Amino acid sequence: MARSKGRPKKKRYHLKTVDFNTERKPSWCYGCGNYGIWKSLKKTFVSLNLKPHEILIVYGVGCSGNGANFLKTYAFHALHGRALPVATGAKLANHKLNVIIIGGDGDGISIGGNHFIHTCRRNINMTYFLCDNKIYGLTNGQASSTSDKGFKTKSTPLGVREKPLNPVLLSLSAGATFVARGFSGDTRQLTDIMKKAIKHKGFSFVDIIQPCITLNKVNTYDFYRENICNLSDIKDYDKSDLGGAIKKSMEEEKIPVGIFYQVEEPLYEEGLKQIERKPLVDHIITDIDVNRLFNRYY
Amino acid sequence: MKVSNIGWKIGGKAGYGIKTAGLIFSKIFAKKGYFVIDNNEYPSVIKGGHNNYTVRVSSDEILSINKSINILIALNEETLRLHQDEVTYGGYIVYDECNSNIDSFKKSRKDINYVMVPFSKIISELGASKIMINSVSLGVSVALLNYDLELLKNVIKDFFKSKGTDIVNLNIKSSELGFKYLREKLKLNAYDLEIVKPSGKVLVTGNDAVFLGAVRSGCKFYAAYPMNPSYPILDSFASIEEDYNIVARDAEDEIAVINMVMGASFTGARAMAATSGGGFSLMNESIGSAAMTETPLVVVLSQRPSPAIGLPTWTEQGDLLFATHASHGEFLRVIIAPGDPEECFYFTGKAFNLADKYQLPVIIMLDKYLSESHFSYDKFDFKKINVDRGKMLTDSKKVDDEYKRYINTEDGVSPRTAPGVEGGVFIANSEEHDQYGYTDESAHNRKSMVDKRFRKIKSLMEEIPPPRIYGPTDAEITIWSWGSCKGPILEAMSILNQKEKKVNLVHFTYLYPFDNEIVEGIVRETNKNILVENNKTAQLGKIIMMNTGYRIKNKILKYSGRQFLPEEIINGIEKIE
Repeated sequence: MARSKGRPKKKRYHLKTVDFNTERKPSWCYGCGNYGIWKSLKKTFVSLNLKPHEILIVYGVGCSGNGANFLKTYAFHALHGRALPVATGAKLANHKLNVIIIGGDGDGISIGGNHFIHTCRRNINMTYFLCDNKIYGLTNGQASSTSDKGFKTKSTPLGVREKPLNPVLLSLSAGATFVARGFSGDTRQLTDIMKKAIKHKGFSFVDIIQPCITLNKVNTYDFYRENICNLSDIKDYDKSDLGGAIKKSMEEEKIPVGIFYQVEEPLYEEGLKQIERKPLVDHIITDIDVNRLFNRYY
Repeated sequence: MKVSNIGWKIGGKAGYGIKTAGLIFSKIFAKKGYFVIDNNEYPSVIKGGHNNYTVRVSSDEILSINKSINILIALNEETLRLHQDEVTYGGYIVYDECNSNIDSFKKSRKDINYVMVPFSKIISELGASKIMINSVSLGVSVALLNYDLELLKNVIKDFFKSKGTDIVNLNIKSSELGFKYLREKLKLNAYDLEIVKPSGKVLVTGNDAVFLGAVRSGCKFYAAYPMNPSYPILDSFASIEEDYNIVARDAEDEIAVINMVMGASFTGARAMAATSGGGFSLMNESIGSAAMTETPLVVVLSQRPSPAIGLPTWTEQGDLLFATHASHGEFLRVIIAPGDPEECFYFTGKAFNLADKYQLPVIIMLDKYLSESHFSYDKFDFKKINVDRGKMLTDSKKVDDEYKRYINTEDGVSPRTAPGVEGGVFIANSEEHDQYGYTDESAHNRKSMVDKRFRKIKSLMEEIPPPRIYGPTDAEITIWSWGSCKGPILEAMSILNQKEKKVNLVHFTYLYPFDNEIVEGIVRETNKNILVENNKTAQLGKIIMMNTGYRIKNKILKYSGRQFLPEEIINGIEKIE
């Protein structure tokens, strides 16, 4: 292949993971699953050669949301359950940004459940990392909508009476084009999944199972290590088969991790002529002519 | 008979094209330069129920519809029952021959003229569909007013062109037959309107004017959830989004709407949402999020009678106290309530500038009457809306090395960057935060950040126009009101002031922040004060009392779901005296 002539390629400086640290030290419990997620995110950004100002992370409220203080990127720490619509507006206003959403299970699946299913079906090119510890951590341990049936918490001393929602199944049925599950205790695999999720063209969703070492004594590191199975170990697993992915996501014996589903479908923003040439934020708005608009009111 | 203004009303079952007839009637007069104001009343159903549409046409400037109807087109008996009394002495009622109870109506009003038109027969002979009775009635109306049939045909053609030539031709034919019937069979000519200087006016609603103002202001992102009476703004945006490089979308609910708009605004695009009371209730928590993160936000709240679903297609000013206190916690916001579509246009421009300059939520309050009624204007001067984005940093070279998004400045406003700007990385934090945006719960930080955000009030107040005083300065009676009551009050005043009763109006359009000193100054100069509000509890009165301690005892309040008519204000004032 002939070497391209013309302008030399713009040199890009390379950052290290420490460049994504802020002046604030994480305040999570020692051993919290959030550390593994934090570390994996930084590794992902470095390996994708992303710069802090090119990334917008919209955080929900919860222990994971507090991560806004510890990761150096543009950030919007939204209200409880409202990270997804904030991210949607931001991405449509400037689709050149790498937009990531980080929030917990209470935030994203309980209070924000409606936004979750609707964001899945839009296929906007952004990535949602759900920090799923099956409990409300910041309020000291109430059952969330991903807590297992029978799980005893302060709010459910006799055990949860509802069935848990399965975020992987939910996102598959709602139309997400990339669906995976990672484990905060395996940062190597998690980083790999995160990279693929961010690179995926479309709405990518990763359910990250993580232990809450203080409040959830059932879903511990040991529990997950014993019960996890890897989708990559399955021979001929077809990631483009929605039915197969749904079936796999419903398996109860083992907890599959890896990429369940990945297909390429037209992006929500691709059909929008008004952002084809440049992002909305790049338009000059100082003297917009509305004279011709008046004609329709005669 | 030569007249300077005409009240016209058409009524019938929903689904009978009442709204179309009304709008076309308004258009044929605005096009020639007449002053026109209309009002569409309809129930919250698609078919069935009673619809009526009132148009007031005048050769002189008018500011409101009024009570006097000169021509009533009654397409069903219910219209006669509900509106016969509104017809003025010597006026005309046009009815269909199939109305068998007409004699009993005639008995009760011997002072008016009843004109039978065989609407159904005309339509069936033509082989047109029943809805085209509305075009027949337009032809009849134009003949009664000795007006321009060709102009009517042109407007009909233009109005229906998207529906194909057959529909256009049938409607034109229907209007011709109506016209002919009146001219040839009845040889009737009821009124002649004074001739006006031909000018050509636009007909816009408050919704249209807000939309036009927002487009001119550079609004690039608009989101909404369908809700009366503000949803037409979404339709307007959607119709031009490619042309003007705007993304206009509906979302799963109003909580998503407001957060999408906030996300777009945080990223640097001017953005807006519109809703009504129910949707605004859902948006409440997020309005505080904009205040805490100091993200500019423009929200349109078009009121309807509430609580709950209330009366979805009717009007009220019941949400003023709600808007001024919306969301938990204490924070600055701006409340703007335009009085007419012209103010809707210019104040929307101002709303975007205030939101950007002071980095806070701005709420524009309309109501169903203002949102949906058409008012005629010469074109607005869009050059009068300028764009001022305040302290916005989009050039990374201008960003300080040690950039602090929430730096404690003298005027309380801190320069803001947007995602993508190198060196400007920060957290827009809904939790209390320090000058960088990091969460900070310390007592001294909390106090200093609350003070910083409230310090904006000083320069903000300098930009907020005071209430405007209309009428004589030495009035015996001063009316206090806000928003869309302006037109009916001014009309009432001009009648009262002809009777040598001196009345003036203190009209609030910028309701928050509230300038105590100015209002106290006005109160000192007035004699008898009367509140006029389209609600039950006199909410402006409460705001005045809360801020100044002054209580206005006299009130004229209306909360039937209908807007004020000038006559009702005159009656109210006479009763108080």
